[in-house]
Amino acid sequence: MPGRTSSGYVIAGLVLAGACALAWALAAGDLPIGLGEVFDALFRGAEGMAADVVRELRLPRAVAVFVCGGLLALAGALMQVLLRNPLADPYVLGVSGGAAVGALAAMLAGASSWAVDGAAFGGALAAMLVVFGLAHGDGSWTQTRLLLTGVIVAAGCGAAVTLMLSLATDTRLQSMLFWLMGDASGASRPWPALAVLGAGLVVVLPFARDLNVLARGEATATALGVRVQRLRYLLYVLASLLTAAAVTLVGSVGFVGLIVPHVVRFAIGNDQRLLLPAALLAGGTLLTFADTAARTVMAPVQLPVGVLTALIGVPVFLFLLSRNPR
Amino acid sequence: MASTDSSLVLLEADRLALQVGERWLCCEFSLRLAAGECLVLLGPNGAGKTTLLHTLAGLRAPTVGSVRLGGRPYADWDSLAAARFRGLLAQQQPDHFSASVLQTTLIGRHPHLGRWGWESAEDVAVAQAALTEVGLAELAGRDVLSLSGGERQRVSIATLLTQAPRLFLLDEPTNHLDLHYQIAVLELFARLRRQGHGIVMVLHDINLATRFADHVILLDGKGGVLAGTRDDVLQPDHLSRAFEHPIRRLDVDGRTLFIPD
Repeated sequence: MPGRTSSGYVIAGLVLAGACALAWALAAGDLPIGLGEVFDALFRGAEGMAADVVRELRLPRAVAVFVCGGLLALAGALMQVLLRNPLADPYVLGVSGGAAVGALAAMLAGASSWAVDGAAFGGALAAMLVVFGLAHGDGSWTQTRLLLTGVIVAAGCGAAVTLMLSLATDTRLQSMLFWLMGDASGASRPWPALAVLGAGLVVVLPFARDLNVLARGEATATALGVRVQRLRYLLYVLASLLTAAAVTLVGSVGFVGLIVPHVVRFAIGNDQRLLLPAALLAGGTLLTFADTAARTVMAPVQLPVGVLTALIGVPVFLFLLSRNPR
Repeated sequence: MASTDSSLVLLEADRLALQVGERWLCCEFSLRLAAGECLVLLGPNGAGKTTLLHTLAGLRAPTVGSVRLGGRPYADWDSLAAARFRGLLAQQQPDHFSASVLQTTLIGRHPHLGRWGWESAEDVAVAQAALTEVGLAELAGRDVLSLSGGERQRVSIATLLTQAPRLFLLDEPTNHLDLHYQIAVLELFARLRRQGHGIVMVLHDINLATRFADHVILLDGKGGVLAGTRDDVLQPDHLSRAFEHPIRRLDVDGRTLFIPD
């Protein structure tokens, strides 16, 4: 079990890595800007084009991507605990499907970007409530029932998305496909999602040891004094809200929510008190690096960020998997 | 199950009856378990032993009647305080994510730590002592996912010992264990019983029940319950009726054995 001190070092190291990722994201691009200028733009209120690029263009995008990665990794870690299934990811219960249905319906109706964001978040919440209500049906709320309900609702959302894509005009189709792939270039309002991320961490951390106990099974956890049903409701609502915020912000970026919790677990173990904040920081860092690389390596071509997270993540994950026969 | 000193009563059930779906598992009966006593629940598959044990552990409410832990109904207990008083060894021990044996065992300290508490050196010492008790001290650093079924069962028992409750509720503690560890584990709980702990356990082996029980509750799976002292309940005719199989009693070298005909 990682002690408190060594946990502190892990978190400090990840904060440093996150700061490096953000610094690179602010400095790199078509207009290379030195780190000194970035610092001046952020903290000394410097004037000029470089400062405007940093503050108006790169900072919102870098924060949006970091927050999105953190939200997805944290939501993925929580879903894996809730469903006690290593294959669970933030999208498995249909939240992203609901968001996609909402966003695409708004786009089909020609709504503004604010309305699209609102519709995406509303769709995600609707999917969350539908899955919750259906899975709760007979009061049992078992993992299998929850998982099956979520998968079916996600499948229904997928059909609705396909239907809307086939009905869309060519001009709208482009932006709809971009939304579905996950598009950070339009993310100019990251601050509400950042608040959701901070609030989520503050809410879940006091229950982190309860989550460790929950991994021992429902009966054992109850006998150890954990109020299992209340905790599972909290996990479900929280993971869904985090996912909804991430999908509304950037779209359905794949991979981060599934792989980052596993990579962190390989590295530091399954103690949720350390795993949850570490996964948040690692997810944010990974997605920030990936997004910066996605918009610079083949500039002016911008690659979809999800492709790069997979290209970086898959070999790292396979390496860790083979190194850990234990 | 009489005890003269009522302050030592760890667990009481009053006119208890349990219904699952349409089926009644047991008719109204009462029990009292005092400190230093061992109660064994016996019965055929599906008779409701686990349901009864979980009801006694406060995990589910009885259909009829009441359960009191240390003289108070479960509703009056803070869940963490109850966890320091009674512990449960559940039948299924799911392990889906890797964790070291020591880390898993330390989960038993949960009810002893505050909301922001972190396991101290003393907690680690308690867990290591528990692992030594079940013969797993050498494996403290191993991943639980790499252990055999019997070793995982011993990890679960060590976790329960780390929880250090006054009353132990055990669902088939000998599950997956080889003969040596079956006896070793039951001897361990017999020792705890002599130190004033209470034991309630579900067993399948009538001969182990004969050896370790003070009191026995025999469920027949059709709602019938026979509760009493070991010698009253463990009779060939009662057992044959409950298990629907002729069971014969042998007395060998001063020990009583029950064998199926």
